[in-house]
Amino acid sequence: MSMKRILILGAGTAGTMMANHLRHELKNEEAEITIVDERHKHYYQPGYLFLPFDIYKPEEIVKEIEEFIPTGVKLIKCRINKIHTDEQYVMLDNKIRLDYDVLIIATGARIAPEEIPGMQSEEWHKSIFDFYTFEGALSLRNKLREWDGGRLVVHITEMPIKCPVAPLEFAFLADSYFKQKHMRDKVEITYVTPLSGAFTKPKATEALDHLLADKNIHIETDFAIERIDPERKVIVDYGGKEVPYDLLVTVPTNKGDDLIGRSGLGDELNYVPTNKATLQSVAHKNIFVLGDASNIPASKAGSVAHFEAEILTENILRFLKGEELKAEFDGHANCFIETGNGKALLIDFNYTHEPVEGTFPFAGIGPLRLLKESRMNHMGKLAFKWIYWNMLLKGTHIPFVSTNMQEAGKNF
Amino acid sequence: MSQTRMIAGKEIKVNDEGYLTDYNQWDKQVAETLANEARIELTPKHWQVLEWLQEQQRKEVALNIRKVGASGVVDIKEFYSLFPVGPLKTATKIAGIPKPASCI
Ligand SMILES: Cc1cc2nc3c(=O)[nH]c(=O)nc-3n(C[C@H](O)[C@H](O)[C@H](O)COP(=O)(O)OP(=O)(O)OC[C@H]3O[C@@H](n4cnc5c(N)ncnc54)[C@H](O)[C@@H]3O)c2cc1C
Repeated sequence: MSMKRILILGAGTAGTMMANHLRHELKNEEAEITIVDERHKHYYQPGYLFLPFDIYKPEEIVKEIEEFIPTGVKLIKCRINKIHTDEQYVMLDNKIRLDYDVLIIATGARIAPEEIPGMQSEEWHKSIFDFYTFEGALSLRNKLREWDGGRLVVHITEMPIKCPVAPLEFAFLADSYFKQKHMRDKVEITYVTPLSGAFTKPKATEALDHLLADKNIHIETDFAIERIDPERKVIVDYGGKEVPYDLLVTVPTNKGDDLIGRSGLGDELNYVPTNKATLQSVAHKNIFVLGDASNIPASKAGSVAHFEAEILTENILRFLKGEELKAEFDGHANCFIETGNGKALLIDFNYTHEPVEGTFPFAGIGPLRLLKESRMNHMGKLAFKWIYWNMLLKGTHIPFVSTNMQEAGKNF
Repeated sequence: MSQTRMIAGKEIKVNDEGYLTDYNQWDKQVAETLANEARIELTPKHWQVLEWLQEQQRKEVALNIRKVGASGVVDIKEFYSLFPVGPLKTATKIAGIPKPASCI
């Protein structure tokens, strides 16, 4: 095999995992691997959920990108300007040109508050917050520390979003946060969603709707936001429905990076059309996509990126040898859902199987229970941070957790 | 689960939520009846939207509100005025196509 140039765009969760997997599998003389990111820091995004409630400190969820890039992989820190698929090169903002034989797109998704009139107004990070960015989560923490109560609205703008359960977890954690501060009676919590229930999958929705009611969190469904009136402090939907707030915690529209649009590779939300089983881009054979950047109908989650990385590594090795790709990714996702008061749920699902009750990872044994609140699941969620920094990013296979979803132990 | 119900004098296969499970059984009378049940009177604009939705279904495009807004047929505001309650759910039902699965 002659020396191939593999270029990875984005050194977040997915790109970093690919760099580690590929360097492990390919000798230096077989492939030159380069990874590009505009940032200097790697953020543990699941930590953004805990930062506002003072459960994690900022320094626990930020590390230097370098720490996770293996030796033998070249890291370039610069903004990526455009992908030129016709001539197979990528242009960086500093005018450096990177030619590639194989391109891996892992530029993730970002929030786009500019999509909704009134969102990024004077009140942005004053009474209107996001927690999907480090800055948002941190300024929300400072706000919550001093807030004396009122109407808290937790809101999703439109689907799809990364980690679709995060806003729900936020509402649950808010409930227990205010209880601990002995001010739950001063806070009215409303969960506003464009969906018809708490979640997208029927059985999980049933369990979660129930929890919302238990915790006295009101739910407003089928709400398609048109605009925010920051002066009157109301969110307004296209049908004219209004929900008032004192403190709005919103998840803005999520989109792929503008780079994707500029390069003519994206759909209407800048996600790259991708084969959901092989992870090859639909338009170009030598472009592969994983993580939040693709349009596949799987959850945008770190666990999904982890399962994808294992399959994509094999596929890239096959591609380099001119072999047929394995069409194997099944949409496997595995997510802990914090439910507050030191408990959590666990859901495990894929393209075809919705989350159901059962035991995980050992059928009939557990120790984790699917779709049921438990302390053990909460410990699992907290352990995820350690697993992320120490195993996931380095591409280590997680013991007992298979790449494709297991049907055993689940009550379908 | 599929079951049947009488719509516009014909036995039509529907799912639990009343969406047609066999698009071939759809016709304009079926649409009129379903619209009636949703208290909507179909105008030429409504029909344009329904046709656009059916065309997307044929092209296997996953539907959402944003796509309707970018359709060139209606903007989101108009879409809401045509189908005031849960517009996409209502319009797809009347169009005889499946309820859009919201992404995960
Ligand atoms: C609040 C919150 C909670 C979450 N909780 C969980 C959880 O509990 N479990 C779970 O599994 N997942 C969770 N996730 C989701 C998880 O963090 C993401 O799915 C995962 O990080 C996706 O990895 P990625 O590599 O695709 O994108 P990212 O990790 O976002 O990486 C993309 C990288 O690309 C870079 N980039 C983009 N565009 C450019 C450009 N033009 N030039 C240069 N660099 C660029 C960015 O700087 C970034 O470093 C959560 C996410 C959020 C926001």
